[in-house]
Amino acid sequence: MNNTHNLQLDHNGRLRHFLTIEGLSQQLLTEILNTAAGFTGVTERSVKKVPLCRGKVVVNLFFETSTRTRTTFELAAKRLSADVLNFNAGISATTKGETLLDTLRNLEAMHCDMFVVRHEASGAAHFFAQHAAPNVSILNAGDGRHSHPTQAMLDMFTIRQHKGDFTNLKVAIVGDIQHSRVARSQILALNTLGVPEIRLVGPRTLIPAAAESLGVKIYYDLCAGIQDVDVIIMLRLQKERMATGLLPSEHEYFRLFGLTQERLRYAHPNAIVMHPGPINRGVEMSSEVADGSSSVILQQVSYGIAVRMAIIAMALGNNEAIS
Amino acid sequence: MNTLSNTKIPNTVSILNGRLQDPANRIDQIVDIHVADGTVAAIGKPPADFTPDLVIDATNLITIPGIIDVGVCLREPGQEYKADIASETNAAATAGITTLCCLPNTCPVIDTPSVVELIKQRAETAAKARVLPIGALTRNLDGEHLSEMAALRDAGCIAVSNGNSPIRNTLVERRALEYAATFNLTCLLQPLDHALRDHGCVHEGKISAKLGLPGILEAAETVALAKSLVLAEQIGTKVHFHTLSTAQATAMLGGSQYTNAQISAGVAIHNLHLTEEHIGEFNSNCHVIPPLRTEVDRAGLRTAVADGRIAIICSDHQPHDPDAKTNPFPNTAPGISGLETLLSLTLDLVHTKVLDLNTAIERITWGPARSLNLPYGRLNVGAVADVCIFDPNAIWQVNTNKFRSRGHNSPFHNWRLPGQVQWTLLAGRVVFKRS
Repeated sequence: MNNTHNLQLDHNGRLRHFLTIEGLSQQLLTEILNTAAGFTGVTERSVKKVPLCRGKVVVNLFFETSTRTRTTFELAAKRLSADVLNFNAGISATTKGETLLDTLRNLEAMHCDMFVVRHEASGAAHFFAQHAAPNVSILNAGDGRHSHPTQAMLDMFTIRQHKGDFTNLKVAIVGDIQHSRVARSQILALNTLGVPEIRLVGPRTLIPAAAESLGVKIYYDLCAGIQDVDVIIMLRLQKERMATGLLPSEHEYFRLFGLTQERLRYAHPNAIVMHPGPINRGVEMSSEVADGSSSVILQQVSYGIAVRMAIIAMALGNNEAIS
Repeated sequence: MNTLSNTKIPNTVSILNGRLQDPANRIDQIVDIHVADGTVAAIGKPPADFTPDLVIDATNLITIPGIIDVGVCLREPGQEYKADIASETNAAATAGITTLCCLPNTCPVIDTPSVVELIKQRAETAAKARVLPIGALTRNLDGEHLSEMAALRDAGCIAVSNGNSPIRNTLVERRALEYAATFNLTCLLQPLDHALRDHGCVHEGKISAKLGLPGILEAAETVALAKSLVLAEQIGTKVHFHTLSTAQATAMLGGSQYTNAQISAGVAIHNLHLTEEHIGEFNSNCHVIPPLRTEVDRAGLRTAVADGRIAIICSDHQPHDPDAKTNPFPNTAPGISGLETLLSLTLDLVHTKVLDLNTAIERITWGPARSLNLPYGRLNVGAVADVCIFDPNAIWQVNTNKFRSRGHNSPFHNWRLPGQVQWTLLAGRVVFKRS
């Protein structure tokens, strides 16, 4: 059985793959955040490039559609001077019947150094990492409902920029936890970084069974769930949740769990509001909140580039040169 | 193995000094067994004028009736790239299994006498284990149209089943159970509500929450079980619930409210050893349906095996080609190649004091025989001489790469287990001898 800890780290305990937050130390997560902080300057310069990964080939291997994540990964890799290949696996190899392993082997044969993988099956990133050649790194850009660790890290980065310290925070995650790889990774990251109180808020159809075992408190009422919290993370609600009978309507969802300016008052006065995007305005939150002073949603996107630069650079083994 | 078939086949065999463990006849003693013409000729002293062609010294060994494994997949016809009858019956012989009751989920499905004939012929040619087909309950396992059960029975099917294929319409299930009852055929049912299962691939609980894998609610089993129990009782038929996975299901079998129906239940050996925790980081060899569940479920299943509510321990043998398991967890084929670990994993439950030896052996011999009305699984005088002789003190390390089964998909790789088969006799004929 493969141990995640060993699988993600090389024999010196350094990041080789980035598959999940599970098994990573607080020290390593902090190192990622610190490295990312060093990169934020790069993205604001007129020449937005550093030569850290020059000559390396990064492949975006997306079996599921994505705009934001793929674009920020591409930007991050390009700012590190890596060559980037976008491989839209959903409409090429797999539709011709190629197995996942064959897709991986073929791309490896082109001497690529890193695969940024998104796939609809939980465990897909582990699968690639278990079968990858020794000199190839796998970054998980989202596998099923399991993990989306770079999103979680950019969220942690955003929280740290605004709150400084994690160890006195109350954080609420609101919405479709059940189907959310983002939420699972956030919960692990928040726990690892020492957040004392993590709350999940949503209707029971969207909260996983045995959710308490993840180290969280469960709330079925939004106002109670965000009472006095410092950070509110809203999750995207997929339209298919209505079709599959998990919810009656968007209307009722917004009435019960939509974040409005009025409900925001239950939170701490300095609370920030986050969302991994894309937002459904009028479903997860009102436009007033999305565009309001508490919202840090667009900063999340910007920080996403620096955080992904940090993780790519660390996994490609060039992180010493950064400081 | 070939040398055996090239030598003269012994007609008479004496098994000397072994400890006979025959739960059906409540025998546990060191005693000699004498076999002639495929049946047990005598226990203790040989019959007058008996000269054995073969003498087996079973000193320090245990002799049991040949193991009966209910509900296996042999993959032939149709999926010979995974396994075939020759490979799997050979694996069975090395594992002390003499009777395999195979599920109808072949391609084509076992829903016509010709498929039954083909399977029986292949098994007779291989001559390593007896294969008893279980016919389809519905045509092509479609869950909608009844199969020609009378023809299947006449061709040699010992039961009928829809396997893991759903019967979504309860009225169809009623008709199928009634029609089977007409011919006194046992229905082997896999209790699983397919709507509740949805796309689930692991137990719904801690691991599904952590790994984001779609879960299978406990009630997916118990709802289906409750429905089938009530139907079977109303109709008055014989039903065997193939592999239970929840403690709650075993609790539902406890009462004596079912007097009209003849109910029995089984469990897969892996559900008595593993829990959801063994999935670890997406170990696809732990992908099975019904899923590995919790510690509480494992304990409940063990108790039910010990007290007899569960009459059968089976391997739930499902050999796969390597590609079937080489994918992200939810996209892999469920199932474990289990023949070659069935006896040792069962004996391990004796070592860890979950079961006494007699009960453990009963659940893999006489338990299946009496539940499915098979004339095997016991070793009294006149009985068919299916015999497994094993060394209870031998400890071996499982190496799935050395499985005789073509399926190497097992989560028990590298486990150290007790009990090694030394001899297997099928109707008095040696089909396996450890060299």
